Amino acid sequence: MLWYAGKRFLQMIPVFFGATFLIYFMVFAVPGDPIAALYGDHPPAPGVIEAVRAEYNLDKPFIVQYLLYIGGLFQGDLGTTFSGRPVIDVMAQAFPITARLALLALAIEAFFGIIVGLVAGLRKGKLFDASALVISLLLISVPTFVVGFVLQYVFGIQLGWARTTVSGAAPWGELILPAIVLASVSFAYIVRLTRASVADNLGADFVRTATAKGLSRRRVVTVHVLRNSLVPVVTYLGVDIGSLMVGAIVTEGIFNINGVGGTVYRAIRLGEGPTVVSFVAVMVIIFVLANLLVDLLYAALDPRIRYAK
Amino acid sequence: MGISAIALLSASALALAGCSASEAPAESDTAAIITTNGSEPQQSLIPTNTTETGGGKIVTSIFAGLVSYTADGDVVNEVAQSIESEDGQVWNVTLNDGWTFTNGEAVTSDSFVKAWQYGALLSNAQSSSYFFDNIEGFSYDEESELTGLDVVSDTEFTVTLINPEADFPLRLGYSAFMPLPESAWEDLDAFGENPVGNGPYMVAEDGWQHDVQIDLVTNPDYDGVRKAVNGGVSIIFYTSQDAAYADALGGNLDILDAVPDSAFATYESDFPGRSVNQPAAIFQAFNMPYYLEHWSGEEGKLRRAAISMSIDRAEITDVIFQGTRTPATDFTSPVIAGHSDNLAGAEVLDFNPDEAVKLWAEADAIAPYGDTVFDLAYNADGGHQAWVDAVANSISNTLDIEAVGKAYPTFADALNDRDANALTGGTRAGWQADYPSLYNFLGPLYVDGAGSNKEGYSSPEFEKILAEGASASSVEEATAKYQEAQEVLLVDLPSIPLWYSNVTGVYSDTVDNVVFGWDSVPLYNEVTKG
Repeated sequence: MLWYAGKRFLQMIPVFFGATFLIYFMVFAVPGDPIAALYGDHPPAPGVIEAVRAEYNLDKPFIVQYLLYIGGLFQGDLGTTFSGRPVIDVMAQAFPITARLALLALAIEAFFGIIVGLVAGLRKGKLFDASALVISLLLISVPTFVVGFVLQYVFGIQLGWARTTVSGAAPWGELILPAIVLASVSFAYIVRLTRASVADNLGADFVRTATAKGLSRRRVVTVHVLRNSLVPVVTYLGVDIGSLMVGAIVTEGIFNINGVGGTVYRAIRLGEGPTVVSFVAVMVIIFVLANLLVDLLYAALDPRIRYAK
Repeated sequence: MGISAIALLSASALALAGCSASEAPAESDTAAIITTNGSEPQQSLIPTNTTETGGGKIVTSIFAGLVSYTADGDVVNEVAQSIESEDGQVWNVTLNDGWTFTNGEAVTSDSFVKAWQYGALLSNAQSSSYFFDNIEGFSYDEESELTGLDVVSDTEFTVTLINPEADFPLRLGYSAFMPLPESAWEDLDAFGENPVGNGPYMVAEDGWQHDVQIDLVTNPDYDGVRKAVNGGVSIIFYTSQDAAYADALGGNLDILDAVPDSAFATYESDFPGRSVNQPAAIFQAFNMPYYLEHWSGEEGKLRRAAISMSIDRAEITDVIFQGTRTPATDFTSPVIAGHSDNLAGAEVLDFNPDEAVKLWAEADAIAPYGDTVFDLAYNADGGHQAWVDAVANSISNTLDIEAVGKAYPTFADALNDRDANALTGGTRAGWQADYPSLYNFLGPLYVDGAGSNKEGYSSPEFEKILAEGASASSVEEATAKYQEAQEVLLVDLPSIPLWYSNVTGVYSDTVDNVVFGWDSVPLYNEVTKG
């Protein structure tokens, strides 16, 4: 087990360098001069643009830029944004907010998704099951920004139960509404995954055996059916952590949340290499860790899966 | 003859400003904090390096320059007691006594001169450096001190210009010309994070939360023409206008100075009697490059006129922009003194399909246009697609040619092709004035070699008249020349004027006396709340 985890950690090193190199190259390859564009329709004197370009090493060849960035990285310097802020400060501001939002969304979708999916699976074909399917289909097909604007309008503007946008500090309470928006689509998928998996497992041999042994229905459902049904759900949640961390651009925009998605989006548009790469590098690490966690959870959930040396 | 027009204008504007302040309701709370929208400044708050609107509205709130602008764009003396010149070339500036920065330092001639020297110096790479380019000693290519700045005493200095400029004082309210305290020079980077100014507001302690908001509080020592009647302004940074609008609807934002496109149809009913829709100092157009086949010489002139007359501006501003744009009648903006809607040749901006077809045919007689596709470049990240498509359709329907919009993914990408003379057709072009002057709409855009003249227009006649305007001995004479220069532009159409953007804003019932300035920014100091 430890050996397995250690091996996975070592795998992160090439993934990290490969990802940063590729991303840096892609930002570099985006057409257009990011510095000239900073000034919009009011170009400054040509000398000014050249000086600023030199300040951010944008006048150097790609490989030099990348090595300078990696060199700084090992000294704890992730570069600066075009406004002169250290990227590390921007990260320290954005990641905790996004982490809170993602965790809330994950908790909401996992908790409600599994419960609804379980009940629907146990009552396959009944009214509850049918309505769960319809609602989940609806949530999957309606784009996030529609859900976002509707919830913002109803709860923020009409009822006044929540703040219309999230304040700068982004406390947990204010993040509930955006987290619900963010969780809505994944919730629907989890309902469907859990339902299908539970319905399948209800007819499995080990469930028949457990029932034949005389175990209570409650114990059969929670320990045998549910636990085994969670394997695909956990896989999905693991991948979802990643997309929740980075894919919240729309939700962040609607609720003016200063998170990772929006920051990366703006940085890409501005052509701010160091910002994009630093953020993406951390996201890559999160992805890899989340996947590792999922793999380890498999072993805990399903006794048939064991990681040998 | 000395130039007294500026001084006269100042006096009347001062009286007006005095009026509106005294009309404020008595029950308003002088400690109330106004909340409004903004965006994170692109740079730290050093006035000479602030050229975008996000930082601009903060800089003009926390600094006071020699002059400031009224809502209508009139110039009124602020720190200056007088700005006078006999010949438009050597300007004597006298400061009022008693001005201080919020750290207690006195505002002296040095406060201005050192800040301007810093802003102009090549190696300091300040984005506003070109604003000083008419001051003696300025150089775009080498380290060179502004020798034209001469300190006479603590309250007096002279500015010697390279070329005479009748309306030189007009630009002095722009952020590039703000004074800086001596303490700024110890560590300018730190100063930019925590600026100390002399304006109606000052940054609250730890007031600037990056990417979140900046809190400004009233400067108790300020005693100029922009004295605040409230306790301060909190500018909240939004990354989307829709979020800001939702906050205004939800009662979390007092004033919103940019209604999102999505609310154009509803904002007037959402905020009955509390919305603003007035022209701004923003000119929108598109340019046809002179380096393209068919678009130079006599043929190009005919085609430009034909294209211009084939666009139904009124219909597009009405349908696509719901009346939040005003069809153009010149090359400036209605908020600028000297704007005109009856320049000779302005009928080329009217929708006139018959004439358009006729001119296009005349051009075809010189060289047939054939099947060439007419494209119009725009950046897809700026919300331009709707009107570009409408303009292309209008052209296509009138002239029976294939006209399409050409989307570039980002502004940077589009700019790249403009700078490289690599366009295949027209390009969107816009201009927002830095200071309320006709010249600011003309010089930087149409003079050969100017920073924003990217499509290769060159007209000795235009430049001659423009120069005459710049060196005119009175503002009236200058205005007449600038209008005459635009009449040349109407014939040549280096830029095909489309419309002026309006500023659209809303404000909640918690605030009153909300007036939007010529620069689309509300006059925060006059807003009452409570």
